[in-house]
Amino acid sequence: MITNMIRFIIILIQRYEHTEANMALSFMEGNEALARGAIAAGCNFFAGYPITPATTIFNNMLKMLPARGGICLQGEDEIASMGYCIGAAMAGKKAFTATSGPGISLYSEQISFAIGSEIPLVIADVQRLGPSTGSATKGADSDIQFLQWGSTGGVPVIVLAPKDALDCYLLAIHAFNYAEEFRCPVFIASNKEIGMTKESFDLESVLLPPIVERKMFEGDNYLPFAAEPDEAPPFLPIGGKTLVRQTSSTHGPDGFITNDPEVIARNQDRLRRKILSACNRITLFEEDIQSQSDTLIISYGVTARAVEDASRILAGAGRPVSTLTLKSLWPVPEELLQEKAKSFKRIVVFEMNLGQYVHEIRRVLGDKKVGFFGQMNGVLITPAQIMEVIGNA
Amino acid sequence: MHSFLNTSRPPVYCPGCTHENITSNLDRAMVSLNLPAEKTVMVTDIGCSGLFDTFFNVHALHGIHGRALTYAAGLKLADPELHVIVTMGDGGLGIGGAHVLAACRRNLDLTLIILNNFNFGMTGGQYSVTTPTDAVVGSEFLNQAEIPIDICGIAESAGATYVARCSGLDKDLPEIIADGINHKGFAIIETLGMCTGRYTKKNRLSPKILDQMVEDLPARSGLVERNIRPEYGERYRALCKEKNIFPEAITVEKEISLLDYQHQEVAILGSAGMRIVTAGDIVCHAGLSAGMNVSMKNDYNITVLRGQSVSEILISPQKIGYIGSNSPTVVLALSDEGVQQRKKIFATLQPKTFVIKEKSVDIPETPAEVVEVDFKELKIVKQDWALAALCLMAKKEKAINREMLGIALQARLKGKAYAGAMVIAEKIFGLNTL
Repeated sequence: MITNMIRFIIILIQRYEHTEANMALSFMEGNEALARGAIAAGCNFFAGYPITPATTIFNNMLKMLPARGGICLQGEDEIASMGYCIGAAMAGKKAFTATSGPGISLYSEQISFAIGSEIPLVIADVQRLGPSTGSATKGADSDIQFLQWGSTGGVPVIVLAPKDALDCYLLAIHAFNYAEEFRCPVFIASNKEIGMTKESFDLESVLLPPIVERKMFEGDNYLPFAAEPDEAPPFLPIGGKTLVRQTSSTHGPDGFITNDPEVIARNQDRLRRKILSACNRITLFEEDIQSQSDTLIISYGVTARAVEDASRILAGAGRPVSTLTLKSLWPVPEELLQEKAKSFKRIVVFEMNLGQYVHEIRRVLGDKKVGFFGQMNGVLITPAQIMEVIGNA
Repeated sequence: MHSFLNTSRPPVYCPGCTHENITSNLDRAMVSLNLPAEKTVMVTDIGCSGLFDTFFNVHALHGIHGRALTYAAGLKLADPELHVIVTMGDGGLGIGGAHVLAACRRNLDLTLIILNNFNFGMTGGQYSVTTPTDAVVGSEFLNQAEIPIDICGIAESAGATYVARCSGLDKDLPEIIADGINHKGFAIIETLGMCTGRYTKKNRLSPKILDQMVEDLPARSGLVERNIRPEYGERYRALCKEKNIFPEAITVEKEISLLDYQHQEVAILGSAGMRIVTAGDIVCHAGLSAGMNVSMKNDYNITVLRGQSVSEILISPQKIGYIGSNSPTVVLALSDEGVQQRKKIFATLQPKTFVIKEKSVDIPETPAEVVEVDFKELKIVKQDWALAALCLMAKKEKAINREMLGIALQARLKGKAYAGAMVIAEKIFGLNTL
């Protein structure tokens, strides 16, 4: 956790520095930044299906992947797009797909397969208000609980949350790294307001995380799901010299269906432990702790930017508040939340929905007073609204 | 004799089930082709046909119901050397119908063997998309109100290049399957079989009746001449080869130093067809040329050629937090539709906010400084009003100046578009009345 924190603090310092002469700023929407981050992470396969506000990730991948020798497909539907990614990932590719909430619904069964059968994938969810057409495509952080619980099996997943275009780029790299290391689908919970907003950022000044590659099996007698109790199994591709079995059925280490309750339980426990035991290492966040403040605002995603503005204005007015911006939402960074909240009298959570992640924060900080403000009307929460809530709460 | 069959996991089918015969004949076909095991993968889905991957000593991917063709396509495109054999029942055929159609249209080199035994064996003999109307199955009367599909006919009309149909007990099965695997492109082989655990308990079916059914249906014996075309993977790779230029990200260097530049919020309120998004991009580029941070949020109708088009741009020497507009410093009111979308802001504008209003546009009451322009009289066409308004902004040094705009126009517009913009710029900057 310390390393991650230092890494983000360095990034922060670099980001806040005033623009130097002759420095070139990148200018792109969050979706393009996400696509470029994926390329930087070594992504070489994409399959997706058009959906506002995620389509431009697909458009960008389609422009970039062929030039890099990669493959980019439009599936006949979302279910197929996920299937193509699963097949490609099992052949050794770094696979990526992008959709919005309605697409996640359709991905769901394939996601359950990918989680239970340890198939590395990155899934961008550019969130919106809901199903159907029209204002449904406006921004919201509508899928925060859905991403964790929208699959059968109830196994922990990894969900990262960017707040701006630069985060889209950086978190795409983290997402691929986590997918490779933990052999699981990793979600990037973006938002229409990030994905389709164009903005400038300074890519040159940030430290990119080193690229993590899938751990390959070495030795004889490969059992595709034999692993340490809290790790993902080493990988071999379908199509390599050693025969590989992949299965959606409940399986033992050999990849064959099993009815043995002990074997089933051991595997389920491992799927859980490989994520939860690495929780602190997975955790990504930014913080701004003001020593004279008694209030900690916790937020994530695009809302965190309004929180930062509000906190700057409040500090200027002599009423400082502290802020914690979560960049990884699942697994819930329980230790971090407890540690950061310890010295504060009051915690207030802001999110662009009717109250989803606040349930996790209340669960973890059971003894604290946790206030909440959210809205689900397609409109960004403003700094003024945040200050009003802080002033009145 | 060489065999791919996994002797430690022999088939486990009900006595008399046709699947067992198809298993051994698929093995014969694979042996006859001398397929390399490490370059062969069996892809299956759910149901009795989904057990096939466990019987063979090749790579295996056993996925979820009806989606086998999707994994198969991912595998084949990722590793073109793979021989990909897919088995699917009539259940998977129904639930995964879109994938079968897509595979036919695409013609990727996969082999699909459909094990049609007219019902869902594993879940209790319910009717499927191939159950005859007069059959007695586990779905009470439901199948009597529907008709079965002829998947071979569908496949042919969907563009399949190889379609074969036979009894699962056909003595030529190894050759038929081998021929399908050998076909370069998507091959679909429908086998008709007996589900002895469920279907034949209440429906008369025998090897002879299966033969008769095949004969009664339109003959399908392999290559479909009218659909012959290049294999998808080869075609895909050939097309990709031409796309060899990687689109680098747009970066903008700081060329101008401005003293005391204050945070600006520009709202461009227009309609579809008025190049509002392009204008927003130009404003951003202008800001970037002065080393500023910028952000741009666009709002337009889902039917892109009608309705409002609104672009909201922030330009700031500080890092931009909240990306919505708090209080615009410049508003370009270029169409009633655009103004209607943001009508609430006008009453809240500061007196120093600079509003450009085209003569034909109505705006609500506002304390802001309003400049009315008659672009029509200046013979500027509607598509160029946003651009003309940017020139006026620059002329009045609101949010951008002439130098910034010049850099942005040069960078963002090419050829005729740039020349046209220059004409408009000269017109606006040369006017003494504005």
